[in-house]
Order: sequence, then C-alpha cells, then structure tokens
Amino acid sequence: MEELRELYQQIILDHNKSPKNYGKMVNCTHASEGYNPLCGDRIKIYAKVENGVIEDIKFEGEGCAIAKASGSIMTALLKGKTVAEAQQLFEEFQHLITSDVRSNVDTEKLGKLAVFAGVREFPTRVKCAGLAWHTVKAAIEKKDELVTTE
Amino acid sequence: METTALKKEAVHTPTGRQFAHFDVEKIRADFPILHRPVYGKPLAYLDNAATTQKPLAVIEAIRHYYSAENANIHRGVYHLSEVATRKYEGARKTVKNFLNAASEREIVFTAGTTDSINLVAAAYGRKFIKAGDEIILSHMEHHSNIVPWQMLCEETGAKLRVIPINDRGELIFEEYEKLLNERTRLVAIVYVSNSLGTINPVKDIIELAHQGNVPVLVDGAQAISHLKVNVQELDCDFFALSGHKVFGPTGVGVLYAKENILERMNPYRGGGDMIRSVKFEKTVYAELPHRFEAGTPHIAGVVGLAKALEYVESVGLEAIAAHEKALLEYGQEALSTLKKLKLIGTARKKTGVISFVIEGIHPHDIGTWVDRQGVAIRAGHHCTQPVMDRYGVPSTCRASLAMYNRKEDFDTLIAALHDIIKVFD
Ligand SMILES: Cc1ncc(COP(=O)(O)O)c(C=O)c1O
Repeated sequence: MEELRELYQQIILDHNKSPKNYGKMVNCTHASEGYNPLCGDRIKIYAKVENGVIEDIKFEGEGCAIAKASGSIMTALLKGKTVAEAQQLFEEFQHLITSDVRSNVDTEKLGKLAVFAGVREFPTRVKCAGLAWHTVKAAIEKKDELVTTE
Repeated sequence: METTALKKEAVHTPTGRQFAHFDVEKIRADFPILHRPVYGKPLAYLDNAATTQKPLAVIEAIRHYYSAENANIHRGVYHLSEVATRKYEGARKTVKNFLNAASEREIVFTAGTTDSINLVAAAYGRKFIKAGDEIILSHMEHHSNIVPWQMLCEETGAKLRVIPINDRGELIFEEYEKLLNERTRLVAIVYVSNSLGTINPVKDIIELAHQGNVPVLVDGAQAISHLKVNVQELDCDFFALSGHKVFGPTGVGVLYAKENILERMNPYRGGGDMIRSVKFEKTVYAELPHRFEAGTPHIAGVVGLAKALEYVESVGLEAIAAHEKALLEYGQEALSTLKKLKLIGTARKKTGVISFVIEGIHPHDIGTWVDRQGVAIRAGHHCTQPVMDRYGVPSTCRASLAMYNRKEDFDTLIAALHDIIKVFD
C-alpha cells in the first residue's frame, strides 16, 4: 500500500483528473505521436517553437494516470523553456525514473518532477511515465515517425 | 469486503451447493505456484486466459523425461530413443482420446495455437484459396486468427469477411448466414473468446458451412480447459489449441485436422522427420501426421501436455465447468455492485472471463493497484483490438478463471477495487 500511495500521489491524481495543457493545437510548428504497444496507449504532443523557445505546448490522448499526469506536468514545465533546456530536462527525467530505487532523489533540482520517483518501484510503469517525454523529444527534434516505448 | 451481493450469493443454493461439491483446496494443493506469496500477500491468480499454472504432475513429468528418458525420437535404434519415441507417440494417443479424434494420424504437434493456424493458412490456404475467394472470421477473433488470414489474402487476393457481434458480445448468426456464399472457402472461428468469454455456437456454424461444403477451423485455445471438446461430434475440419492454456507447458500445441483434408494439404515446413526419402531430384514425404512435423519437436513439451490432459481428465471437465460457472456468477454479480464499473461481454453463454472497465480509472492503473494486493489480472487489449474498437475502449481489465480459483480470489480483487475507486475519486 505504501508504494502505491507513493506512486499515486495526490498531485498525480489531480493532474490525471484535470490535466493541464490538454487538447489540440492547430498552429503548432512541431508535433509527434507516441505509442505504448504494451497497453495500446497513444499520446500526441503539439508545440509552437519560435527562435528556439517553446512558446506553447499541448498534449492529448488516451493514457493511464501516470502517463496523463506526466504529460500534464511536463507541458506545464516546458512552456517558455528553450529547446536545449527541454532536452536537458528530458535527460534528468529519464535518469530519475530509471535510477535505482534506493538512490536519493534530488528534489530541489527536479522540482515537480520528483513526484515521479515512485515509478521506480514499478518497472512495468516506467514506460508510462516516459511516454510523453519521449514524444516531446521526437517532436522538438523534428522526427516525424511514430514514437514507441519499445 | 462484504457487499450485499456477496451475502446474497453466499446463500444462493444452486451455486452454493456447487462450491461445496468441488474440492478446490485439493486441486490447489497440486499447483505449487499458487502457494507462493506475491508482495507478501496470497496470490490470487486471475489471468488464466493468458496462461494457466501447472500442476506438479506436469512439472514432474517433464523433469522425469529429461532426467531419465531424453533422446531424439524416430531415429536411434537404442533403448532411450525407443523410450522417448514411445512417450511422444503415446502423448499423441492421449490427445487423440482427449479430443475424440478418429485417428492419431489427425493429431499434429505444433508450437501452439498460433502455429497451428499458420500451418493451416500455409499448407491448406495457399493450395486451396485463390483470388476472389472469401474467408469468414468473426469480430471477436484473437489476432492469431486474423493476421495469418490477412497475410494469406494479401498473397492470394482473397478477401476477409467479418461476422459482427452484438452489444452483449455474441455473434449475430443471421449475419453469418448472409456472409456465407459460393465464394466462401473457409470459416475460421474462435470457440471461446479470450476477451469476452463468449461461447460461440460452433456446432451450428459448422453445420451451416458444411451445407455449402465449406471447411471450418475452430480456434480452441480458450475452450480446451473449460469445455468438453469432441471433434467428431462438432464435425470441425480443423481444431487448434495451446498446451499452456490447459495446464501444460508453453511452446507446444496441437492441430487437429480431418485425415482426408490433411492428405490433400501441402507440406508446411521442410526438413528432417517429415520425409520418407530425400534425393536431390525428388523428396517423398512422410506419412501423416509426421509430414507436418519437420525438425526435432518439443518432445518434453508434448510429454508435459499429455500429462496435463490426463490431469484435466482426472478432475473431469463437467465438474470444472460447473465450478467455474458458479464462480463466474459470483464474480460478475459482486463486480456489478461497484459503482462506475461496466462489464464488457455479457453473452448469455460464456466461460469464466470477466472483462470490465471503471469510469475514470485506466485499466493499467487498476492492474498495478490490484497486483500489490496479490491479484494477477490482465489490463490491455488482450490481442483483440477489433473487440476493443467495437466497445470504444483502448483496453479493459480482465479476470479469467481456471479450476483452481475460489471465491476468495474475487473477494480480494473486489476489496482492492473498492480501494482504488476511493483513492481516485
Ligand atoms: C482465443 C485465442 N486464440 C489464440 C491464442 C494464441 O495462443 P498462443 O499464443 O498460445 O499461440 C490465444 C492466446 O492468447 C487465444 O486466447
């Protein structure tokens, strides 16, 4: 039960219920679609990038609470960041969710992302947390093909 | 967690009596894995449609084969090879009796249901199905009874026709009647749906197809551990099954096919064991069924499968079916009391498969949540994406039963579902 509450923290449940930046964007400059073949979940990311800055970003799709909260928190965090900063955050997030369960989490550096530390206890759910991030990375790096978690 | 439905069900006489008759604890004692805890909790294994657990008798049979009898078959003149060959061919007889086939020549060992269906698509389909011909399937097929036919259609120019299902998840028989025509060359149909639990009226389907001389393949993967199968009475032309879904090992399965059809089919894979003589000018193929078993087979798997069938026989499929039916009713009724829960697949004739969704909670989250209470259920599309599309959901949760399940497994599941609903609310 403890690990479950660690995974499904209130912040994650709240973002799942009312995700931020959810929906389509018509005038985006970048878009990508991510797919998790394990559960059939799909996520779409739209971004408007001008002069190397993510001016606007949205996401939509079907997903579990972890995937949805990840998309919500991620888009909130990336809005206004440069592409380089986004890539840096991607690396940090990847490092967090794939790090050893016992290792310390630098909550100060990770900020809101630290709530995802709980997925480390759930190897089958790491992909859910990472889906939005892999998709945004593909979008801003202008890779058009479908991104999968495989 | 006690709900009113549970209380009501517990005093329900017909099902209550059934629970008493069937000694589920005695059966559970035969399955070592059921006694290992998961996250410190007793295991409630409810993913039997994906694969079943193995009784000690099967595990022991495989161990014994490798410890005392292992050799290649149909080759050596030495003692061990003779023993192994006898075991392997003896298993064929066990399967023949289990399915009530007319002859052992009709029993081909394969790698599983998927392999059996691919065998038919390649060895029968490529020879007898041509451009413009039609193959009839249903909307509730497992991907393994869709993709091989799609591949065949792409290759030959034949067409797939799909029997629709109603909201309960039952085949619409009149639509099937309409689809059958003079271009139909094969009907390939699942006996029991793995995502809905629906038992299809395969006997009627076969009878109707035969009026137009159309052969029928039955995907029996989910039927074999729940229903008594008699291939002669069904009069099916092909019947496919997997060992691992009937308490046997993975990587082994069976294709039953009528002898007169097997005789006319192309060989499947070429190689050793499937030949009588090989010259560079011409190869003469082996007798049935060896013609379809190229290469060294999964001998230990076949031995384990035969043991598994013997085990099922010893418990008795009628007793198993009655026990599972009582459990299914208990589980469905108890689940139905949960608010926001919707059952997917409410056919009037079904086996112990309960697919469901809960509004506002993704199946994946439910799967993870109940797992921590020791409950193993499946969350996903169950290799039946067309079924998911039909109900407009990307995935469902699925609890599926076997003979060793008991009421407590559902009670644990339902208690865990109450918790997650509260937390996500
Ligand atoms: C109805 C049905 N058909 C076919 C299969 C494929 O069986 P296997 O993976 O053992 O080849 C399954 C297994 O999930 C099934 O449930």
